[in-house]
Amino acid sequence: MRDGKYEAVIGLEIHVQLLTATKLFCACPAEFGGEPNTRVCPVCLGLPGALPVVNREAVRMAVLLGTALGCDVRRRSVFARKNYFYPDCPRNYQISMFDKPLCENGVVELDTDDIHSRIRIERIHLEDDSGKLIHQRGGGSLVDFNRCGVPLAEIVTKPDLRTPAEARLLVKQLRQLVRYLGICDGNLEEGSMRCDVNVSLRKPGESELGTKTEIKNLNSFKAIELGLEAEIARQSAMLDAGKVIEQVTSLWDSQHRESVVMRSKEEAHDYRYFREPDLEDLVLDDELLENVRSLMPELPGERKKRFIDQYGLSDYETVVLTAEMELADFYEEVAGLTGDPKASSNWVMREVMGELNSTGRDLGNLGISPQGLAELINQIAAGRISGTAGKDVFGEMVRSGANPGDAIALLGLEQLSGDDEIADMVEKVLEASDGEVKRYREGEKKLFGYFVGQVMKMSGGRANPSKVNEILKKLLL
Amino acid sequence: MHDLARLTAIELLDLYKRRETTPSEAVRACLDGIDSKEGVVGAFLHIDAEGAMARALRLDGEGIDGRPLFGVPVAVKDNICTSTMPTTCASRILGSYQPPYDATVVRRLEDAGAVIIGKTNLDEFAMGSSTENSAFHTTRNPWDESRAPGGSSGGSAAAVAAGMVPIALGSDTGGSIRQPASFCGVTGMKGTYGRVSRYGLIAFASSLDQIGPIARDVDDCALLMRVLSGKDPLDSTSISGETESWTTGTAGNIEGLRVGVPLRSPEWEMDGAVRELFARSVSAVMESGCTTGSAELPGMDKSIACYYIIANAEASSNLARFDGVRYGMRSDAETLIRMYEETRGEGFGAEVKRRILLGTYVLSSGYYDRYYSRARRARAEIKDDFKKIFEEFDAIILPTTPEPAFELGERLADPVSMYLSDIFTTPASIAGLPAISVPVGVTGDGLPVGMQIIAGEGREDIVFRVARVLQGSFGFVERYYSRSGEREGDER
Repeated sequence: MRDGKYEAVIGLEIHVQLLTATKLFCACPAEFGGEPNTRVCPVCLGLPGALPVVNREAVRMAVLLGTALGCDVRRRSVFARKNYFYPDCPRNYQISMFDKPLCENGVVELDTDDIHSRIRIERIHLEDDSGKLIHQRGGGSLVDFNRCGVPLAEIVTKPDLRTPAEARLLVKQLRQLVRYLGICDGNLEEGSMRCDVNVSLRKPGESELGTKTEIKNLNSFKAIELGLEAEIARQSAMLDAGKVIEQVTSLWDSQHRESVVMRSKEEAHDYRYFREPDLEDLVLDDELLENVRSLMPELPGERKKRFIDQYGLSDYETVVLTAEMELADFYEEVAGLTGDPKASSNWVMREVMGELNSTGRDLGNLGISPQGLAELINQIAAGRISGTAGKDVFGEMVRSGANPGDAIALLGLEQLSGDDEIADMVEKVLEASDGEVKRYREGEKKLFGYFVGQVMKMSGGRANPSKVNEILKKLLL
Repeated sequence: MHDLARLTAIELLDLYKRRETTPSEAVRACLDGIDSKEGVVGAFLHIDAEGAMARALRLDGEGIDGRPLFGVPVAVKDNICTSTMPTTCASRILGSYQPPYDATVVRRLEDAGAVIIGKTNLDEFAMGSSTENSAFHTTRNPWDESRAPGGSSGGSAAAVAAGMVPIALGSDTGGSIRQPASFCGVTGMKGTYGRVSRYGLIAFASSLDQIGPIARDVDDCALLMRVLSGKDPLDSTSISGETESWTTGTAGNIEGLRVGVPLRSPEWEMDGAVRELFARSVSAVMESGCTTGSAELPGMDKSIACYYIIANAEASSNLARFDGVRYGMRSDAETLIRMYEETRGEGFGAEVKRRILLGTYVLSSGYYDRYYSRARRARAEIKDDFKKIFEEFDAIILPTTPEPAFELGERLADPVSMYLSDIFTTPASIAGLPAISVPVGVTGDGLPVGMQIIAGEGREDIVFRVARVLQGSFGFVERYYSRSGEREGDER
């Protein structure tokens, strides 16, 4: 706690919906959406007699995740049944993993200006998602089983987090990772990434853990932070008042910014885990592990370091540019084509990201390619257009999808660098500014800027400023 | 004229080949057999006379080809999913549930040219040893109407014994094919665990359940078993392997095989006639050139306990899906929890509830280690012991059950005595080994007695070889299922 009276001990459970084509145990499409109950079959509906068959692609993705988090990957893991009754779970047991999960003992390094922590990952296991309950107004509920059976990788951390900000940062980093790995779109609001938190308080210096409570349904970064803050405040008020913390599971209500108790310890489930007899042990062969090794992309942390070394970028720039793999790839391509990492960074961070933020589009459909942007930057460097005009050209490229050359021509923004043309304009300006010329020649040297401005105005901004300077100086002598 | 309903599948195929009869005539004969006996025996829960006849007529037109069960009528235990007939597991909770898909074995039967006549009675969810736990009606033993046909595949065994169908499918979890086969004087077997796909078999205990054939003789049993067997991409626990040797080659020759006789069998409580037929069976295999020796039968002391813990634990989870939400029966109630309670309270019978409770208990935190973990360890030990036994022997011989068919109602009030009738069949189930029950004779009361042959993992070929020798030595099939008509047993 901020006042130092209590220390919060926080652990997270993060469900990552894997982007496989089909569900974890059957061939139904795993894609989000669809008319209710159209993406179902006897297996994912848990019909009597139907049996699960493991989707190897989901296994590969979970192993990729575990490897990226530095986990020990088990060559032989075991699926287990988690038994509980709920209408969104058609077998009334979930097929998950228990004492022999796929991955164990990983680690995430949190390293920013204010946070430096090492968070241990206890385990990552595979399990199938449940369906969705749709509560009817006026009573009654319907169930949509389209989501039922979609593969989830559940990441469980050790209780190594101490603040809501750390928890938020961890989820943010994991989201970045799963997107880099291409195994999840990381959409917290739509639930493709879901976070449950466990939190308890203790006096600083104590090693024993206090009674923990669990909060589910934290479906945004903000909710994670707010939910934890609220729970820590609630627990510390309880402890201050000499009360005992009860082990409860709550749901976070984002609208009212409060957690609502779902069940107490007495109502806690006894899941009666036991090995899933319908599935053999999950054995990873060399081929799969080799495949994972070959598909492992450069991870965000490594890439950040490389951007600093290779491109001489600032820490801030690298954080922004490596946030998403697509953006980092885009930047690297631009930087490679221009040979000017700094200018490329400026353009990507200001214009490209500005455009992404204001339009809500993503890189794929922004209408500007790394080649196009690189050409634009090169045109500016070559003096064909001014930097200011470049922004207009960029706007035109985004608007019409034109290449830089066409956009420059279309806007008539090509820089005027011809001596005669510029000398002509300078003469006209000087003729029209008798008084100023006189005062300048009498020593009022700061009027030089005024003449430059007038020439630029006359050229519609296209005159090459250094040429204008040069000619003005000559003619004003 | 033959009574077509009393012929074996192989005899029928032979008549088709010689164009002496047709599938529709055979199906008609089976339906007539059902008409005359079903009122007393009660083997079926659903009879699809129209569908079966339509398919038979189609097959008449197509003419016999290489399909292994072309035009052979078959009955299917009602815990195996059929998309054209209800599948109830003899439980009220499934009511008139009709699955939207066919079990892999049903597809295999149809691909093999078989004609499915109907669905047979069973103990509710295959939980029982007498078929008395069916929610719908009692099945009577065709050999003695006052006696149980055994269970849980009592309907299938009774249908084959009574001359209603030549072959049928059963499912065996702890003896549910072998024990009723023994009680009804027919041949029934379960293969190595995984040999037959479980896809579409409504699970009782997934790690033990196996579908298998029930027939009047070993050759039909082997023929049907070959059709059923094979790796199924829809069942991760299914296995592949050669099956041709089951029906060809060294069929009748067991010279040089080493057959183990359980060491402590003299101490076992057994019916006198069973004991005598057991001794004669051992002599018979010796006379056929086998060497025999005493073998400590693994798991005799612990397999029943181990079995009832593991099977019920898995059952408690497998049966959780019957909750009234999506299919089958639903009781009206104010809240979700009440709806679950009412539906399951009304939908399940007493034995099923007892097993769900036991299974839930042994998996509960605080009891898991004491029961489920220990049972799993015991299971691993039993498997290991069998492995050692099968280094020394090729097969083990012992009675299928200690006693012949008991009276209906006799054991209903005493579940443990009912459970103990599985004592000789559960070890092979626990260890996942192939085992067959072959009828070898009758008791003084005229009740059939079955002998069980167990072999090592994947050695169905040995099971069939020894079984054929036993069948040949005792002449049971010739005596009771003569090709020309009535079984002798009916005349007494």
